[in-house]
Amino acid sequence: MSFEQILFYLFSGVLVLSAGAVITVRNPVHAAMFLVLCFVTTSALWLLLEAEFLAITLVLVYVGAVMVLFLFVVMMLDINLARMREGFARYLPIGGIVAATAVGIMGLAVGRINFGLDVWPAPPARAADYSNTRELGEQLYTTYVYPFEIASVVLLVAIVAAIALTLRTRPGTRYQKIEEQVVVKKSDRLRVVQLESEGRK
Amino acid sequence: MESIYNLGLLIVLAPLAGAIVAGLFGGTIGRKGAHSVTTLGVAISFVLSAVVFKQVVIDKVGILNQTVYTWLVSEGIRFEVGFLIDQLTAMMMVVVTFVSLMVHIYTIGYMSHDEENWPAGSRAGTNSYQRFFSYISLFTFSMLVLVMANNFMQLFFGWEAVGLVSYLLIGFWSTRESAVYANLKAFLVNRVGDFGFLLGIGAVLMTFNSLDYSAVFSTAELHKNLTFSIFPGSEWNMMTVIGILLFIGAMGKSAQVPLHVWLPDSMEGPTPISALIHAATMVTAGIFMVARMSPLYELSETALSFILIIGAITALFMGLLGLIQNDIKRVVAYSTLSQLGYMTVALGASAYAAGVFHLMTHAFFKALLFLGAGSVIIAMHHDQDMRNMGGLRKYMPITWITSLIGSLALIGTPFFAGFYSKDSIIMAVGESSIPGSGFAFAAVLAGVFITALYSFRMYFMVFHGKERMDHHTREHLHETPWVVTLPLVLLAIPSVVIGAIFVMDMPFGNFFGEAIYVAAEHDVLATVGESIHGWWGMALHGFLTPAFWLAAGGVFTAWMLHRKGLDIAVVMKERFGFVYKILDNKYWADEIYAKLFAAGGRGLGNGLWKVGDVALIDGLMVNGSARVVGVLSGITRRLQTGYLYHYAFAMIVGLLALFSLFIFR
Amino acid sequence: MIALSDYLTVAALLFGLSMAGIFINRKNVIILLMCIELMLLAVNINFVAFSHYLGDSAGQVFVFFILTVAAAEAAIGLAILVVLFRNRRSINVDDLDTLKG
Repeated sequence: MSFEQILFYLFSGVLVLSAGAVITVRNPVHAAMFLVLCFVTTSALWLLLEAEFLAITLVLVYVGAVMVLFLFVVMMLDINLARMREGFARYLPIGGIVAATAVGIMGLAVGRINFGLDVWPAPPARAADYSNTRELGEQLYTTYVYPFEIASVVLLVAIVAAIALTLRTRPGTRYQKIEEQVVVKKSDRLRVVQLESEGRK
Repeated sequence: MESIYNLGLLIVLAPLAGAIVAGLFGGTIGRKGAHSVTTLGVAISFVLSAVVFKQVVIDKVGILNQTVYTWLVSEGIRFEVGFLIDQLTAMMMVVVTFVSLMVHIYTIGYMSHDEENWPAGSRAGTNSYQRFFSYISLFTFSMLVLVMANNFMQLFFGWEAVGLVSYLLIGFWSTRESAVYANLKAFLVNRVGDFGFLLGIGAVLMTFNSLDYSAVFSTAELHKNLTFSIFPGSEWNMMTVIGILLFIGAMGKSAQVPLHVWLPDSMEGPTPISALIHAATMVTAGIFMVARMSPLYELSETALSFILIIGAITALFMGLLGLIQNDIKRVVAYSTLSQLGYMTVALGASAYAAGVFHLMTHAFFKALLFLGAGSVIIAMHHDQDMRNMGGLRKYMPITWITSLIGSLALIGTPFFAGFYSKDSIIMAVGESSIPGSGFAFAAVLAGVFITALYSFRMYFMVFHGKERMDHHTREHLHETPWVVTLPLVLLAIPSVVIGAIFVMDMPFGNFFGEAIYVAAEHDVLATVGESIHGWWGMALHGFLTPAFWLAAGGVFTAWMLHRKGLDIAVVMKERFGFVYKILDNKYWADEIYAKLFAAGGRGLGNGLWKVGDVALIDGLMVNGSARVVGVLSGITRRLQTGYLYHYAFAMIVGLLALFSLFIFR
Repeated sequence: MIALSDYLTVAALLFGLSMAGIFINRKNVIILLMCIELMLLAVNINFVAFSHYLGDSAGQVFVFFILTVAAAEAAIGLAILVVLFRNRRSINVDDLDTLKG
């Protein structure tokens, strides 16, 4: 068993186990932490597949941003954990059966008969100076430039949507109304009063 | 020819113009204007009809058959308005316009106090006098259209138009409940007949592809053996089907059993129209129609036999009902039914000419009897019960004499008009060999005795014996005004002489020429005619016939009963309670119709309403489809639990199915 | 050597587990969102593995886009969750049955 295989089975095993933990642990915070572990081990698997850029991105974006957001939400909301666990044992068998069926069917498709080494030989390792980031960058900015731009718009929409959804105005809060400040005129603020001049005594 | 055509137009349009003026402008022109204009219109019609009669019958200038107006042409079938003026039409025109003119004059007297017949201040009673004149003029127009038609469409128009006017006039006193029921009844019963009539016209159209009389009659012989399958497997001779269907129309209009029930009730209308419409003219439209269709009827012995039997039943059994009536108008009404039966019997025996001859004489003497009855009613202050009359001959001599003449004519006293027509019918039936003629002969002979009995029962009850009216009425008894008695006198004259004048021409001569066709083997009148030698001889011979002795027996029985102060109705009630009960209930015809057709119709309607409408359409189709949608959506909404995981589950199951499809395909 | 089928099997297992997670954690929206992230991850593993064995970097570009969309989805999903909790004081899926027919 080569070193690579050892690494693969190690990370795969951790990945599957932690994924199982994500769906079974009682505490959502723990589930989020196991999910982080999943992402990390997956990024290790991707390194084995010579996808270095994506592996790093996965850790940075998911672990660094998305999972932090998850944790943030989980901790912010006051969740009744006891109610959340209702029916866990009741639905375990049916969930197991469905999942086992799905895995079995997919396993039939993706087993060694169809995708074994003799059918899909492993490609030779890349040269030491090969840059996965350069390759992806060239692809993204040439062939996939429009989808790339669209992806950025999607992200922008997501930002705006998330803010719009969660934004709320509380009564009694003082806001600065910039548009009113900008369009203000002299007549709005200044009142010229004609006063009788006091006659000299 | 051209002159007859123009005269024909004038004859038809003069009463119509009168009707329109009196009907639409009655309020403006007033009573006098209304009766003047309508009477003038009918008088013009009568005079011109007499001119046409002279030209066609006496001068024999020929037969007019001309289209006036083509309404539409559809697939080669022409719908037209046209005149066929031959001897039959000319005679009918004279009879119709003459009786109508008499009735117009008479009405001036009869309706002069019509406002008393309406509730005070009733709007329906406003200008009722003018409206009445408008109606009877309109009737004259309709009847003329009917008799002058040269095609089936116009015949049907006239047929329905007289039915409509009859409806309007029976229910003329529309604030009386019984009048409204009676006109509804007349209308509905006539509808049954008209349905058959319309089917008959449809059958004619189907067979001959034409509605024109001359086209139909000239080709009738070609279709003699045509058969027609009403139900699969039962073949009917086309001529029999047409004949019977058309005769069903005649049964409705001429009140033959079993469609007779409307005529006695139609006496709810004012007496002048009973005389005009329900005795002299409209009810004879059926007789006229069958005579007009003689070329068709001669081709079907079955249809003739049917007519013969129906007529015989009507003649005998409707006469029996007359025996026990106490309402003076109803006695005359049942007598009309019976006499219509005689005419129908004549038609069935192929003695069309005799039937039409009796139609003519009957029109005069029956109108006379009705108007006489009306005169009595006026004198009795609209009391129609004969039990309250008696001894009237002292008070109203003209009415008495004319009514006696009418009664004598009715029972067939030799030398009177009714004798010639009725005797020729009886002799013709005796000669006939059509199936059913034996029964018919017995029925008409028995009918003679019955006729004499009820006629003279009425005569004795009204004009002789004790004065049974109350004191107040007796004090005011006097002869009716001249507008009432003049028509009586004018009608009494033809009631006496018309038979003797026409007997050698009409039934036994060639009066009608081509208008009536009789097959040689059916021509009973020719056989009878061989033994008739002039009107004088016939009348003298009449004294020896059984018919005369039967009539005399009837009169004698009536006189004997009268002398003993007995009334046959009372006698029968005491001695033959069962028979009286049958007659009193008029053979339960009304009850049977009410149970069978009215209740049956209501039952059918109820059934259709409950099963067809409520259960099937409303329940099953309208609410049912809504309920099906409701049930389906009830099932579907179970699927929409609203729970996220159910949707997720569905998605995953679908995903698994797609996986399986992909892998195990 | 590691065969392509090994990576695909790992991804299939991950997918199956997340599917089971959706079933058994049917009440908790947060765990459901996490399961969806896991599913996307399984798909991404497939993409990267195919990309490697086919020598075609297009698969990695797809993963890049999926990551983008997944991040956006997570952000909006969590925002909805926050609003939901603010309105209902609960994120229990059983309480969310407004769509029930």
